[in-house]
This record gives sequence, C-alpha cells and structure tokens, in this order.
Amino acid sequence: MKPNERAPTPEIVTEHGLSAAEYDLILDLMGRAPNLLELGIFSVMWSEHCSYKSSKKWLKTLPTEGPRVIHGPGENAGVIDIGDGLAAVFKMESHNHPSFIEPYQGAATGVGGILRDVFTMGARPVANLNALRFGDPAHPKTRHLLAGVVAGIGGYGNCVGVPTVGGEVNFDPGYDGNILVNAMTVGIAPKDRIFTSEASGVGNPIVYVGSKTGRDGIHGATMASAEFDEETDEKRPTVQVGDPFTEKLLIEACLELMATDAIVAIQDMGAAGLTCSTFEMASKGGLGVELDLDRVPCREEGMTPYEMMLSESQERMVMVLQPGKETLARAVFEKWDLDFAVIGRLTDTGRMVLKLNGEVVGDLPIDPLAEASPEYDRPWAATPKPADVTPESLAPPEDTAQALLRLLGAPDLCSKRWVWEQYDHMVMADTVGRPGGDAALVRIHGSERALAITTDCTPRYCQASPRAGGAQAVAEAWRNLTAVGAQPLAVTDNLNFGNPERPEIMGQLVGCVEGIAEACRALDFPVVSGNVSLYNETNGKGIPPTPVIGAVGLVDDISRATDLAFKAAGEAIILVGETRGHLGASIYLREVVGRREGAPPPVDLAIERRNGDLVRGLIRDGRVSACHDLSDGGVALALAEMALAGRLGAAIEAPQAKNGAGNGAAAPPIHAWLFGEDQGRYLVTAREAEPVLEAARQAGVAAARIGVTGGDVLTLPGGRPISLGEIEAAHESWLPAYMNG
Amino acid sequence: MKAAVIVFPGSNCDRDVQVALGQSMRALRGKGEPAMVWHKEADFEKVDLIVLPGGFAYGDYLRCGAMAAHSPAMREVVRRAKKGVPVLGICNGFQVLTETGLLPGAFLPNASLKFVCRDVHIRVETSQSLFTSRYETGQRLRIPVAHHDGNYVADEDELDRLEERGQIAFRYCGKNGETDAEANPNGAARNIAGVFNEEKTVLGMMPHPERLADPALSGSDGRPLFDGLVEALS
Repeated sequence: MKPNERAPTPEIVTEHGLSAAEYDLILDLMGRAPNLLELGIFSVMWSEHCSYKSSKKWLKTLPTEGPRVIHGPGENAGVIDIGDGLAAVFKMESHNHPSFIEPYQGAATGVGGILRDVFTMGARPVANLNALRFGDPAHPKTRHLLAGVVAGIGGYGNCVGVPTVGGEVNFDPGYDGNILVNAMTVGIAPKDRIFTSEASGVGNPIVYVGSKTGRDGIHGATMASAEFDEETDEKRPTVQVGDPFTEKLLIEACLELMATDAIVAIQDMGAAGLTCSTFEMASKGGLGVELDLDRVPCREEGMTPYEMMLSESQERMVMVLQPGKETLARAVFEKWDLDFAVIGRLTDTGRMVLKLNGEVVGDLPIDPLAEASPEYDRPWAATPKPADVTPESLAPPEDTAQALLRLLGAPDLCSKRWVWEQYDHMVMADTVGRPGGDAALVRIHGSERALAITTDCTPRYCQASPRAGGAQAVAEAWRNLTAVGAQPLAVTDNLNFGNPERPEIMGQLVGCVEGIAEACRALDFPVVSGNVSLYNETNGKGIPPTPVIGAVGLVDDISRATDLAFKAAGEAIILVGETRGHLGASIYLREVVGRREGAPPPVDLAIERRNGDLVRGLIRDGRVSACHDLSDGGVALALAEMALAGRLGAAIEAPQAKNGAGNGAAAPPIHAWLFGEDQGRYLVTAREAEPVLEAARQAGVAAARIGVTGGDVLTLPGGRPISLGEIEAAHESWLPAYMNG
Repeated sequence: MKAAVIVFPGSNCDRDVQVALGQSMRALRGKGEPAMVWHKEADFEKVDLIVLPGGFAYGDYLRCGAMAAHSPAMREVVRRAKKGVPVLGICNGFQVLTETGLLPGAFLPNASLKFVCRDVHIRVETSQSLFTSRYETGQRLRIPVAHHDGNYVADEDELDRLEERGQIAFRYCGKNGETDAEANPNGAARNIAGVFNEEKTVLGMMPHPERLADPALSGSDGRPLFDGLVEALS
C-alpha cells in the first residue's frame, strides 16, 4: 500500500476518542502508524458504544441461559423459543445522545436501528416499546425534547407499520442535560429460520442493500461515547436522518429474500456503519474481507473512504450470499426499488482490505483488532447505604384524598395518553392489550396466543441502592407480565449510566448489574440481549442510574388473560402480598412530603416468585376478574387506576392488625398502608373472595380482602370519597396541559 | 365474490384488511380470500371489490396519496371504478381516492398537527349503500382512527352538494351521536369521517373498520361493513 504521508498527530488521535495507551496498542497491532482511515476504524471499533470496554467484565456475570434461549447476547438480538415452531426475537437499545441533540431524528433513527436488529435475524417486527426519561418539566428544554422525541418515534414507527404498544415516560432533574431514549422491538420468526452475522465461505460475495451512503452520522458511535458540554449543539451533524419508508421496503425485501436459501449471513449497518458490520461478520466467521469502495452506493460524489466506512446513514444492510445467488437477490431488492451492490468478497487472509480505484487504502488485521479490543476493570466505589425512613416518622397527610389526587397528576404517574395516542398502537390488528396497562399484549398472528411485553425501571430506587434498584426493575417487569396472566420468559436490558471513569458511577453500574443478575437467576428470567449507554453526563453531572429492563412473556390463551379494569360492581378487592408500608424512596415521599431520601423497598425474590405464581394461576383459572401490580404510589394509586379503567368506584376498608395485610404484627399507619411501595404485591378482584383467600393460604401467600367494587366514587380509609370524574381529571390533565403550556 | 387489495410499497394495513374481509367471506360464503395486487400491476384479474388499504403508499413525504394516485395499479382502479366496480379506501386509501378524483375533497394535517391513534365514535349517515347495509342509519359505531392527515376539506358548495346527495357516509360523533367539535379528532369539515361518490359505489373512510372486526381486539363494530359487502357482492 501507499506509505502514509504522515502519522496521525496526537491531536488527531485524541479527537478520535483514543487514549495514548490505546494508540500504542494500535501501533503494536499494525506494526506501523495507521493512516487516517485506519485510525477512524480503530476509533469506532474501540469506542465504548461498540466495544463495551467498561461494562464487559460485569455483563459476563448476567445469567443468559435457559431452556427457551436460542440465542443469548452477542447476536443482533436475543432469540427465545415460544413454542409452535416460533421464536420471539427482541432487544432494547439506546439512542440517548443523538436524541438530546436532535430529538425528532435522534428518536426516529433509534426506532429504525432497533427494528433492523430484529429483522436482520429473520423476524417480522410485531411490537415496539419506548422507555423515555426527560429532565425536570420546569427545565426550558424539556417540553421541546419530549415533543420532538414522541413525534420522532411516531413518525418512524407509524410509517413502517409496527405498532408501538408500550413503554414508560419519566421526569427527573437528573436528566436535564441527558435525556434517555431506549427503544425496544419484538419480532417473531420461524424457530428454524434464524439468521446470524457469522460469515462463511471464502470467495462468497458481500452485498450492500438499502439506502445510499451519505455523509451523515460520521462518528456517531464516538459521539455517543463522550460526555456533553457547552459545545454539544455543534455535534448536530453527527446525528443521522431517518427514512421510515425505506425501512419498510427493507423489512419486506429482506424477509422476502430470507424465505429463500440465498443468504449466508446478514448484518445491519448501525453504529459505525460499514466498518462495524463487515468487521463483525468476518470476525465471527474467522475470515477476512476485501471491499471495493468504488462500488458502495453513495448519495454524493467524491466521498472519501473515511466517510464511506464511518458513515452512519440509516436503512442499510450487508449480506453474504451463497455463490450464484446474486441475480435472485438483486431481483428482490429491485422489486422494492432498493439499492443492491456487490461490494466485495470474503477472503481467508483474516484482514480487512479496503480498495479504491484498485489501490489499497486501508489494511487492518481483523481478529487481533477485535480480540485486543480494550476491556477495563475500572475502579468502582459502592454507593453508600442510605438511612431508612420509617412510616411512623412521617406525619399522615392532612387530606388523604388530596394526596392521592396529587400523585395521580404527578408527571411520573399521570396518564401518558398524550404520548401513546401519537403512536399507531393498533396496526397489524393484533394488539389485544393496549398501552396503559401493566403489560402490552400482542397476539401471535393467526393464533390464540399472545406475547406480553413491558419495560421497567425505577431510577430513584437505583440511585438510593443500585443493587436493590437493579433487582427491583427485574422484579417489577416480571410482576407486570404476571399481572396480565403471562408466563415471564426472558429480558433485554438497557443500562444507562454516567461516566464510568468515575468510581461512584462505576459503582452504580456494578451494583445494578449485581441486582439484575440476582433477580434474573431467582426468577428464571435470562438476559438474552442488551445495550449499554455510558457517558450520559453533562459538565460532570451524571444521570440517575437507569438500568431499564424490557421483558417478554407468553400467554397461551388470550381468553384467559386479564387487565386492570374493575369489571363489575359488588366484587371483592383482594390485596395479595405483604404490606409493611415502606415509604423510603417512595413517590409519596417525593411528591407529597417533598423529600428524596431513604432506602428503596426490599426485594424478596422468593416471595416475589411465590406471590406471582399464585396470581398467575388464579388468572389462568379464571378465578379473578381483574389484576394490577402494585408499584409507584402503592395500593391507593393502583385502586384509582383500576377504578378509572373500569369506570367503577370502590369502597376500601381500613386494614386491621393481623389480617394478613400487615406483617402479622400491628398494621402500618394508614398513609403508609395506602402509599407504601412494598414489593411482590398485586390487587385482584373476584366475585367471591373466599376461594381466592383459600388458595393464598394454601400457597403460603399473604392476602386480604380490603374492599368492594361499585358506585362512582373511590372511598379510601381516612379520606373523603373521590369521584371518578375527579380521578380522571387529575390523571389525564397534567400532560396535555403541560405540553400546551 | 372476488376481491383485490392493492398493495403499495408502503401499505401497512394491507394484511389487516385482507384478514377482516377474508373472515367475512369465509363466514358468509364458506370460502374466499382477497387477492393481493402489487402496485406495479396494471393488469389484474376481474374482481367484485377493490380495497385500497391504510399505510404510507410511497412514504407520503409529498402529499398523502399524491404519488399513489399515479401508479399503474391505480390507473386501472380508476378505470374500473368509473365502470362501476366498487372501491373501498381506508385511511391512506381514502387519501389516494381524493387524489385520483374518484372522491371529492382533500386532506390537511390534523388540526392538532399531531398523529392521532384512538377509538372514536362515528355515526352512520345512511344505511342505503353497499357498504353500510348492515348498519342502521344513525347507528353509532366505535372504530379506531390512526392518521396524521385526516382533516377532510372541501369548499362550502361542495360540502352542501355532498349533504344534498347523501354522499356523507360517516361523521365523527360523541356518546349520544352529537357531531360537535369535541367529537372531531382531526378538524374535518362538518365532522366528515367517510364519503361516497355520487353513485355510492366508492367509499373512502378515515377510521379503520378492519381493526375492530374481531371481539378479541375489544370490539367488532367494523365487522358488519365487511359482512355487508360480501352479502351484497356475492
């Protein structure tokens, strides 16, 4: 190859986000100084975003195996067996940094990217979810960011025709400078037709399909691996622009070709585009690649190899084809009016050789680069244990009804209708359980079975105690699936943290991963895919630790699933699980008392499992008519949501000591009983209470009848009756009013 | 009865309407499945009903349905519609029908400027058509909408003519059938949710009857529309 005119200067190395030590390693591997193209490739391949260098050590501790797991982490998405010859393929991925810089396109391309991860494996996407975190509603940027992100998610998902069925939206000043946009896609594929990125067959053609390559998104992965500062706005050109129509064509064309035997391996071009995709395919297959960059379809003339290799233009895929299948494949992509180009071939050299006009412009070793990818054991400091807050130390609210209305209208707990009505959540005509419930239910097309899907995380718990918070996120996801009658199967995780080079941040990551691992083990809930987003930090201030759990479960018979709406008057309301009235780190403490302190509720995974198994059995046997999991806001909030969903009131009785609702000792104060966030609990309704209580006794589960449905008011012990109209106004009005404000 | 669903590259409710119509065909006639016709085909078999499904025909980056109106399949649809072959356009299909001129009027972005996906109530303005024979005039249906550009517009004279000739098929309404602004999800003129051509052989509607034609999906008010078509066209 042509000798380098000059070696990169230390400034150029730094601009590429590489440390001096990493650069020395590059010199070692190459045996010479890299040229700018090669340096760019190293920089993206070794970026935090692509290499997981800070988190790898800890991710290895997660349980990833189980009888239903077909592909765990390491592929584009996780794959689990859901019976009937089918597999569910799913993953969650962040698009935090771009969404803060350019909310519409950042969020839209986040949806596009995660969709590609799923259909790359041969699955038709059937559901999208989004876990969103924004700053303080009073922060000047929050409204604009929320509006842009929601419009972007809708603009993309609605057009590709995949329903957006659920997710979360939370607010906290901790996200003022770094919002979180975590997108999840679930797809369904024939179990024996899963495609992976492992290349094979020396000489096989490498094919580029989809959109043309432009100059957008160059170094997006590197940008996503750095903190923000005052100059963040200047990074706007690194954000990609999405084209959902092309994505739709790409989905259909890929699935059409996947029905033939033409494809050996396939990989989407996501972060670090052509570089990362071809590198991974070759690396997994133990092969080399030779690319002829003249053949890459480009949007503009005169693009340099550096730009082509690092562009993050959207809606592009790379495939390795069986020899002789080019004509067949080309016909499919031309039918869908997509670009199709043979851009290279597999070699046995173990090197990536890049040519332009027949001249070698880059030549790098593949395995050594992948294997030498840095892995750090970063120093970490455990989060100090918070002091607990006892219920007795908190005075009861002056007005219980007012406290409940306050929570119902709090930004974190209010109805997110304003958001999900902008998402087409019904296209594909299989959405059995719509947004607003504990978990979305998406029917497996043409069957009576359904997937239950949810996302969960309570960052204030994670901040107070990362380990408990990590475990709680898993437990709540498991509980949400259980509450609709589903068998929880597996999870994907999206770990969002600040700068891992700070020991206290690294300590949050370590703690949360420990908690997740512990809970996933105890609940037989393996982690099959995931994503890590670090450096969510601005001017040295990191976000609250936010390990979002996306979870998938299975309902065998949709007529046996349930939802949270009260169904009929005169039914008994039964509280399942033990209520101690835990108010530490609760939303009541934050919103009503105005204090952010205390330890999160303890998570007892054995009890969680026992209680959940009981409730799931009751739902499947048709012995309960409605079910709702208890989380933020406790019993009171759950009752209000059930009443509102069913347009039916309820009268609740004060708990008595030793009635099973307490811990066998004295019952907690009323406000702690109403608003406490003890884990492992559900509210169910039944025409007859006794059979449910008897089943609970036999299972060794605490359960108590706490009231009866009926009327058009909700009456809580120690509070005035609240009309359904008041509940609805409090719950539904905050978000639209805020967005119009 | 034979039916065809025109599939544009960005159609995304094509399968949904095939399922809903096919369900009625099998229930009432024991067999049948609507054929899928690719947008590049100008020469498809003779059918008794043509359906234009929801979606984003060619991405709709220009004006919804503007490009689709000029596709090879649509030129053929227009030709057949003019000969009296019934055509049902749902959502994007309705937008395409106005772009071809088979139906009067046009669409603006929703008054909220936002995409809206939710169940709405619509009032059946007449049961005297191929499409609405299984409903009662004045009946209130619950059917979802999902669109960004559903704000139906036409000039006042045109709207008056539509009313006089009974060409308004459905109007957005409230719980008691009232057609006020509150019940209108997109700002459509006179709460119009669906329009016939003069002969009532072509219907365009923004709500998606195919999405609530199955009790498992929490409602089946859309089902009689498909049942009625199968009954009338077999």
